[in-house]
Amino acid sequence: MIEVVRPGPLATVQDLGRAGYAHLGVPLSGAADRASLCLANRLIGNAEDAAGVELTFGNAALRFESAAWVAVTGAPLPLSPVTMNAPCHVPAGTVVEFGAPSAGVRTYVAVRGGVDVPAVLGSRSTDVLSGLGPPPLSAGDRLAVGRATGMITVDVAPGLEPEGEPVLRVAAGPRDDWFETLAPLAEAAYEVTTQSNRVGVRLDGPALKRRRGGELPSEGMVTGSLQVPPNGLPIIFLADHPTTGGYPVAAVLATGDIPRAAQLRPGQRVRFRFAAGGT
Amino acid sequence: MRVRRAGDAALLIETEAPHRLHAAVRELARPDVVDVVPGAGTVLVTTRPGTDLRYLGSLLGDLPLPEAYETGGEPLRVPVVYDGEDLDEVASITGLSSEEVIERHASGDYVVAYLGFAPGFGYLSGLDERLQVPRRDSPRTSVPSGSVAIAGPYGAIYPSSSPGGWRLLGRTTLKPWDPERDPPSLLRPGVRVRFDRVTR
Repeated sequence: MIEVVRPGPLATVQDLGRAGYAHLGVPLSGAADRASLCLANRLIGNAEDAAGVELTFGNAALRFESAAWVAVTGAPLPLSPVTMNAPCHVPAGTVVEFGAPSAGVRTYVAVRGGVDVPAVLGSRSTDVLSGLGPPPLSAGDRLAVGRATGMITVDVAPGLEPEGEPVLRVAAGPRDDWFETLAPLAEAAYEVTTQSNRVGVRLDGPALKRRRGGELPSEGMVTGSLQVPPNGLPIIFLADHPTTGGYPVAAVLATGDIPRAAQLRPGQRVRFRFAAGGT
Repeated sequence: MRVRRAGDAALLIETEAPHRLHAAVRELARPDVVDVVPGAGTVLVTTRPGTDLRYLGSLLGDLPLPEAYETGGEPLRVPVVYDGEDLDEVASITGLSSEEVIERHASGDYVVAYLGFAPGFGYLSGLDERLQVPRRDSPRTSVPSGSVAIAGPYGAIYPSSSPGGWRLLGRTTLKPWDPERDPPSLLRPGVRVRFDRVTR
């Protein structure tokens, strides 16, 4: 068992989410920064889709009641008594303390065997939008640990490189024709606002002007979509975004850049660069 | 049908018949397709990384659509107590009596066009034209699960308690959404729905 001593601002259980139910209105959910959760799981011999804990802005403490192998990845933060991006053994009774991240937002804690909470629609992920899955963690919660299956074969791995002003690749479409031009997206930096969470990253910067008025009939959206409401300011949709939306999506992030978008923090600036793959 | 790119791993296909195309794409059972999501006038097809979207796009763009709906069988029957808070307001907007609003709603033949907004929230097409009223100016902060509602061209049943601006006509004891059930939703794209008036 793992006891949540202190969850910090927001701590949730996450795996790789609920694929295959979007047509029933169920968000994919799962780790916002999937690459970091997968890395943490690989480091300790778990399957990549094992559930771990996603810490938001750190400031947490977890007590391991039994001896365990753990790996911590994602947003780098002061940590004791283990280290980031490496398999670490903790004796029974160890309390792992997490400070505030120096860059990024989300830190992942994987335990060998995986966090074993009841699955809902095949996933142990907390979905903050729809409320599916376990509620966010509170002090005193106890999490079961599953049975280990794989082998630990890695000593250490390169982790997240903190970036001051990341450049994310986007492809135009599917509704770029609703806008006069997408040029402003690539011309200047956008600032991440405080209204950002697991559903989406809201941005402030050059507004995109509509070419056509009216409402877009509701349609499916992928994670990484840049949806543009009438104020012209794009929102990058993350793991818990709704499956359909009624505002046009001007462009979509490259799949490989979604984990970096999930680490954007309020006040930080971000730039976009157009890549191939548009309509 | 027009096929649009939605990033490096998805296609958005415009179509007149979203739930029929949805059924046709599922029928293909392609291993490179992760999810098929119908909308009001589109179907989103998400794929595994590395899928050849150009090839898939040409394949799906020419796909013949099935003539019948996905589920051509008996409609899902939904028992409704028509005591909704917005019944009188809908009557006054439409110029009908409350009794006529109920009769028109309960005699409709609906099809689930698509789901969205929340897990299990189905947009039911086939609403009587006279009952097509806008959403409330100010949404309720909490609509109870099982509320039977209308807005614009659609009908719906709130699958769980949530905020919402649709006009409430009544309530049902049927549980359209249960994550413990497989599939979790009784409403799926293409399912036909009838509302049956009951007194309790």
